[in-house]
Amino acid sequence: MTKGGVLAATFTRPPRSLWKDAWWQFRRHRLAMIALGTLTFLIVFVLVGPLVYHTPLDTIDFLQSLKGPSADHPLGTDDLGRDLLARIMFGGRISIAVGITAVLLAISLGTTIGALAGFFGRLDNPLMRITDLFLSLPILPLLLVIIYLFRDSLRSAFGPELGIFLMIVGVIGILNWMPVARLVRASFLSLKQKEFVEAARSIGARDRRIIVRHILPNVLSPVLVAATIGVGGAILTESTLSFLGLGFPPDVPTWGRILFDARNYLDIAPHWAIFPGLCIFLTVLSINFIGDGLRDALDPRKTS
Amino acid sequence: MGRYILRRLLIAIPTIIVISFVVYAILALAPTDPLSAFGADPRVPPEVRANIRHQLGLDDPWPVRYVKWVSSLAQGDFGISFMSHSSVMDLIKQRLPNTLAVVGVAYLIGVLLAVPIGMISAVRRYSIFDHVATTFAFVGFSVPTFFTGILLIIIFAIDLRWFPFIYDSTLVIDDVPSFLQQVKQSIMPITVLALFDTATIARYTRAEMLEHLPLDYVRTARSKGLKEQVVVLRHVLRNSLIPVVTLVALGVPAVFGGAIVTEQIFRVPGIGELLVTAIGNGDTPVVTAILLIFAVLVVLFNLVADVLYAVLDPRIKYA
Repeated sequence: MTKGGVLAATFTRPPRSLWKDAWWQFRRHRLAMIALGTLTFLIVFVLVGPLVYHTPLDTIDFLQSLKGPSADHPLGTDDLGRDLLARIMFGGRISIAVGITAVLLAISLGTTIGALAGFFGRLDNPLMRITDLFLSLPILPLLLVIIYLFRDSLRSAFGPELGIFLMIVGVIGILNWMPVARLVRASFLSLKQKEFVEAARSIGARDRRIIVRHILPNVLSPVLVAATIGVGGAILTESTLSFLGLGFPPDVPTWGRILFDARNYLDIAPHWAIFPGLCIFLTVLSINFIGDGLRDALDPRKTS
Repeated sequence: MGRYILRRLLIAIPTIIVISFVVYAILALAPTDPLSAFGADPRVPPEVRANIRHQLGLDDPWPVRYVKWVSSLAQGDFGISFMSHSSVMDLIKQRLPNTLAVVGVAYLIGVLLAVPIGMISAVRRYSIFDHVATTFAFVGFSVPTFFTGILLIIIFAIDLRWFPFIYDSTLVIDDVPSFLQQVKQSIMPITVLALFDTATIARYTRAEMLEHLPLDYVRTARSKGLKEQVVVLRHVLRNSLIPVVTLVALGVPAVFGGAIVTEQIFRVPGIGELLVTAIGNGDTPVVTAILLIFAVLVVLFNLVADVLYAVLDPRIKYA
């Protein structure tokens, strides 16, 4: 081996990308790691659980109604004697799917509007006025009203489950893009003045390419943090709607819906409310902790 | 200053008009018939139904109805509820005190607890107190209010039987026992809301204090020989509270929105409960009125936040 080879072996280390760096930082955030573990467990629980646990979720058995946890029904049963574990696993899939899809919608809307407003000066004022207007809408009451009014027509158009799913995802997405738009706009306003944008323009890059390839990747990390926390918020909103009886229909047991059904039996069957409530709480708490950890990990000022 | 407030007011008015239009349009364009409650009743013959529609003015195109609605709103007339046939204004006046008694007190408690907690947390950063408070704050805004509410009911109303779990709004407070009764029935809903508010505001106060503590003016104050207490309370806290005040003002409408859920859990007959019932009954006049009130609250408190910010922070130039 030559001298140069020894030197190279001593001084090079594997290249670290931004994401590897972020992961390295993230791992040091103990609570975020615990949260990541909890969330992974919950996701595996709702995705793989039904493959292993075969008790059907809608078998009615009045002899078994309102029973607490037992060997046959690990989490007990509801008023119709249906197995709660199976229902909670099924409901979790929907709650989490609603959260992720709604946030994807909100993020795409927000990023597009924010990017356009921040990049093109003449679009800035009208788009920000619209953003302010949306921010002035009373979100929860409006959600309730829209869902009540349009529920039946969407149900007949797309079927009871898909119709409600599309509607809930749609309204949560459309009423929550504003913070992301503001965030993206602010970053675009400062980034478009930077030298690298000027350099890209000087070699003939078009606006579209500058926005997508040069500026957008720099905005990604705050958007990612906002998206993570947004998923928790969307899951909360969905369960709030279902809890008020205005979300999914009774035959689709999302976590909020199970709680809504359970609230009249708190005195004789508290387990019925506690388990789905705990699921919502743990999911949202872990998502928030992960978001917090991500924020620290992706913030270059905090890198030691 | 006066001009700044005036300018903000002039922006707020068109916003409210546009929002009222949007709210009305959503309700008018919905495929659900506002008279479906009558429509479902087979005893009402079609001619009578058509007559009712005509009398209520439902045959007019909706932009015309919107203009009529706005002009009667301008005279303070919110219309008449389809269900109870009483004036919407009276219904809201009846319900508002219940909401304010729960939501208002909870928010006040939240703010009063949050500011000292956030402050001590920031000053003693990484102490046991800080760790407990930050974790508590995190848990506080991650736990849905309907779950905290249900847990409180199971523990304190059902197991321990300390508090009643249904809010009795007919209670007349005229002596000490009835006042105690009111306190007892308010404790759980107020705790649920205050927990959430405290968590959000405490977290924010802590972050703001931490931004200010390492700044030069703080070092200057310390080097002048001021006591730590004076430095923290008179210099750091006062500066950190400027954005907190804004947050508190901006949070008011959201708090009213959150009360919808709490009122539903504890059966408090407040404005949120009125909205949910009205939605369930298809009572359009009540729904539009409450939505509009919520919208006005949002715009109003945005205005309050902006003005407070300008008053408290002389560095903000209001041109």
